[in-house]
Amino acid sequence: MSTLEYKLTKTTETVFTAEFHSLDGNGLEKAKKYADRFQGWFDGVNATDNTAAHAHASNVATAIAIKQLGLEPILQIVCRDKNRLAQQADIMGASMFGVENFVALTGDDVTAGDEPEARRVFDTDGPQLVRLMSTIKRGEYMSGRKIDPAPHMFIGAVENPGAPPFEYRVQRVAKKYAAGAKFLQLQICYHQDRLEKFCAGVRDAGLAGKIAIIPSVVLVKGARPLNFMHNSIPGIDVPADQIARVEKATDPAEEAYLQTLEFAQHALAQPGVRGLHITDFRNDETLERLMTDLGRVRQISTSEATTNDVKDDHAYSA
Amino acid sequence: MTTFIATIEHVVKGPVWGCQDCGQCVLHSTGMTCPMTCPKTLRNGPCGGVRENGNCEVKPEMKCVWLKAYDRTQDWPLPATWKAEYNHLRPPVDNRLKGTSSWKNFFTKRDRWTPTGWKNSTDESQGVDH
Ligand code: SF4
Repeated sequence: MSTLEYKLTKTTETVFTAEFHSLDGNGLEKAKKYADRFQGWFDGVNATDNTAAHAHASNVATAIAIKQLGLEPILQIVCRDKNRLAQQADIMGASMFGVENFVALTGDDVTAGDEPEARRVFDTDGPQLVRLMSTIKRGEYMSGRKIDPAPHMFIGAVENPGAPPFEYRVQRVAKKYAAGAKFLQLQICYHQDRLEKFCAGVRDAGLAGKIAIIPSVVLVKGARPLNFMHNSIPGIDVPADQIARVEKATDPAEEAYLQTLEFAQHALAQPGVRGLHITDFRNDETLERLMTDLGRVRQISTSEATTNDVKDDHAYSA
Repeated sequence: MTTFIATIEHVVKGPVWGCQDCGQCVLHSTGMTCPMTCPKTLRNGPCGGVRENGNCEVKPEMKCVWLKAYDRTQDWPLPATWKAEYNHLRPPVDNRLKGTSSWKNFFTKRDRWTPTGWKNSTDESQGVDH
């Protein structure tokens, strides 16, 4: 059983997950640097699958690297690039290396990336992919062909509480739960009222305690990335007052940090919320600061700590 | 004859519902909104990219197909049995049926075929840990 599954199903502990950086060149060396930074803070780290429709080192290879570097991978699989055969191959290939956490998502469209001329696949959709994962977990391929022994899997999905149609998002959670999802990583949402309604909706649908909700926060350095997300990422709306708050501050970086901390604390206080997912665009010591401010104690041995100088990260900050 | 039925069906459903000839029609369960007109051909609800104004991530000038489907399911006087199916998990498309008549596939029940693994994974079976 993975640590993530153990904590979410056998304890009441709050879990923390993070988005692993995409790898383009210098793969393993970079992976090691990123992993060192995350070491001891997280219960699971997402190996992303061509984020924002840009090609990178593959999700499966990244998940294996994460595992070999001593962190627990969560394998993301999106529906945009792979048909159902390739998706099943991803799952089986990753399981071969002991990957146990899986998360299914629809994925951004090819037009969001730098190769908009590519063919979009979407042979399955998010909820169908959850059920496909459950099928493998039961010990069968989609065709019914047996898998013996069946891989051990902890299955999750993604939902966006901040995009319309709001009430319908909760019904989709119920659908994904019925298909076998046990945890739900949420897309970043800058509207606290929407997150509140979403979590209350999941609770009122009788799903609290059945599917663990893990909202997201993003660490940014100033107003620019907020504007970028607002203008360029469909499904993310950042209210003008939240942008202005950072833009007009005397110390925008500090204000951006405080904003993230506030959103993190607010998210953790919602019903059914079992953890937090962190995307760290800052690459500086605020990751450590955020975790500490949220009451997390780094689980790390002294030998590891000497090689993990997080202050050294400016060298590869974006 | 089969082609003839498929042609008639296309002539009728094409202009009205934007039929894409998937051969396994689910219009009745999606508020008479064809999910194959979603650029991602999603059959189980909207993606996370729906814009603030309710328009599509991929085609910003078009209302998200799933917002239309949701509104129509609430507002249109459709049979209760159809509305009840709105939240069902629709299986992945059987790509062999593309271009064939969904009317014929409905009457022969061909459109209800799903792969064995999918069929064995009932909603209920997911609550149990294996
Ligand atoms: S926004 Fe709606 S119509 Fe557009 S791709 Fe997503 S689900 Fe399909």
